[in-house]
Amino acid sequence: MKPPASIPEIYGLMAEFHQPADIVDAAERAHIEGYRRMDAYSPYPIEALTEALHLHHSRLPLLVLVGGVIGCLAGYGLQWWTSVIAYPLNIGGKPLNSWPAFIPPAFETTILFAALTAVLGMLALNGLPEPYHPVFNVPSFALASRDTFFLCIEATDPRFDAQSTRRFLESLPGVSGVSEVEH
Amino acid sequence: MDESRPRGLSADALPAPAADGALIEPGHTFGSVTDKISSIVLQRRTPLGWVVGFGIGFALLQLLLYAVANLLFVGIGVWGPNQPVGWGFDIINFVWWIGIGHAGTLISAILLLLRQAWRTSINRFAEAMTLFAVSCAAFYPVFHTGRPWLAVYWLFPYPNTMGVWPNFRSPLIWDVFAVSTYATVSALFWFIGLIPDLATLRDRATSRPWKVVYGMLAMGWRGSAKHWHNYETAYLLLAGLATPLVISVHTVVSFDFATGVVPGWHATIFPPYFVAGAIYAGFAMVLTLAIPLRKFYGLDGFITLTHLENMAKVMLATGLVVGYGYMIEAFMAWYSANNYEQFMIWNRMTGPYWYMYWALILCNVVMINTLWLKSLRTNVAYLFFISLVVSVGMWLERYVIIVTSLHRDFLPSSWGMYAGTKFDYAAFVGTIGLFITLLFLFLRFLPAISIFEMRTILPGAEMKERLEDGHP
Repeated sequence: MKPPASIPEIYGLMAEFHQPADIVDAAERAHIEGYRRMDAYSPYPIEALTEALHLHHSRLPLLVLVGGVIGCLAGYGLQWWTSVIAYPLNIGGKPLNSWPAFIPPAFETTILFAALTAVLGMLALNGLPEPYHPVFNVPSFALASRDTFFLCIEATDPRFDAQSTRRFLESLPGVSGVSEVEH
Repeated sequence: MDESRPRGLSADALPAPAADGALIEPGHTFGSVTDKISSIVLQRRTPLGWVVGFGIGFALLQLLLYAVANLLFVGIGVWGPNQPVGWGFDIINFVWWIGIGHAGTLISAILLLLRQAWRTSINRFAEAMTLFAVSCAAFYPVFHTGRPWLAVYWLFPYPNTMGVWPNFRSPLIWDVFAVSTYATVSALFWFIGLIPDLATLRDRATSRPWKVVYGMLAMGWRGSAKHWHNYETAYLLLAGLATPLVISVHTVVSFDFATGVVPGWHATIFPPYFVAGAIYAGFAMVLTLAIPLRKFYGLDGFITLTHLENMAKVMLATGLVVGYGYMIEAFMAWYSANNYEQFMIWNRMTGPYWYMYWALILCNVVMINTLWLKSLRTNVAYLFFISLVVSVGMWLERYVIIVTSLHRDFLPSSWGMYAGTKFDYAAFVGTIGLFITLLFLFLRFLPAISIFEMRTILPGAEMKERLEDGHP
């Protein structure tokens, strides 16, 4: 089955490395070369790789802050509404809005909402769960979760060219193979 | 280092292992670490030792089912609590289990923020231990209500047909919020940590069904740099959120007592003293589990003597805080010049439960101080023994706090005695069975050591200097 003309024939070209320093170096060189639509794959987080790819700051901290604030307001609001409006009870002569006593549950809901936002936000920003992705079509990609590092330049990159990009990837130090990534 | 970047898990944020104590056996590579840890899960043959251990746990779990069935058919009269001791084994065991859970969060969150690289090989199973301990703890508040399905409206604020809402001025409701949040956040933290390792298992599993199961759990994780970037941020934020949370949980648990007027409970020292006790008990349980784990699965290259000694040091430090708590309880009773307080402490030391108090002092004050000796801190058999002593000591502590405070309060006419019934003991041993069962299932189906974090502490993972020198 042939994909429509507007979609490139392949997803991209993927180079394979065995040393963490090589993948960082490769990502830096690819960025200098002008490639932007690319991603690196590693078996563990490498901060230098994030820098080499010039990734933007994660928006997650802001989301988590918002989640925490909503959690705090929701937790306190629930206690205030049930204790003052819905079911006012005189407990030891304390005021209906006994705010010091409402702090522990409001604190817990703050943490709960912020933590849920951190997890769900991380998954959402990463587009997970994602049952299918073209990179898994490369047979050796199974080693990306073991000890091998990959750099994939995507075919949608304006500078992508099947021949010259392949030559560039093959010229990178430490590269042990370049393969086509099918859709 | 650029302050604006999230850090924590990355290789260059971790300090190099101390010269005298290696955190990982030399000679390991990314591949060998992966193979070694994942083979425990992926091997086809189940080891005989696993079957025996799981069998014991599962048999004890049946005891729990029996105890619960009896409780539900007959009523909570089968348990010991009565006037004047209205809180017995249920809350003793609840506090004991929830305290044990605290070490898991401490290791995974606080030690991460403090950049203690040695946490890496013990955090995963310590987090699992937290989850299972919290499950065991949750059993007691749920079932001490006798008819839990009728009790939900006391505990959770939901719009019910009676129009009744919980009383948020009660520390017991704070407890519901603290413990349920703690269970949720611990589960999230644990699962997030597992995702990259589940991807490893997906890629390495040889049988189709396991590939599918691990594949679904890994949610398509592919180790993309963009993903790791958000992942690390999320992990670090979760650690930052779990740190105040774990401190709040045992603080709130201590409020169950400290906000009461009963002599022996009404003390401001309770929150810090309970939190220290929780970490102390938790590290003891981590040692109790780590020592057999490293022996039977041959993981002493990953869980080294350095790890065990560090845990012993944390146990010693928190044990001293706990000992200070006992001292302050006695001092405040004397200094308060309050008859009831003074009687309470005197009754603890010399009353009908004197042996409980002195056994507690033996376990938590005398025995723990032997860990000042390096020769004992590095003796694996002794550490295993002392970890059991600490677990017993912490159970006795809760027994002493709860029972001796309640059994003789203000009016001698309302004094009484308390003892657990056989169903109390059955339920307690049963929750130990639940804990063992869950733990063995975890060991068989999920990686007990975080594989991707182990990769980050390998010497080859460091690359900052190599980059500056140019290409190697």
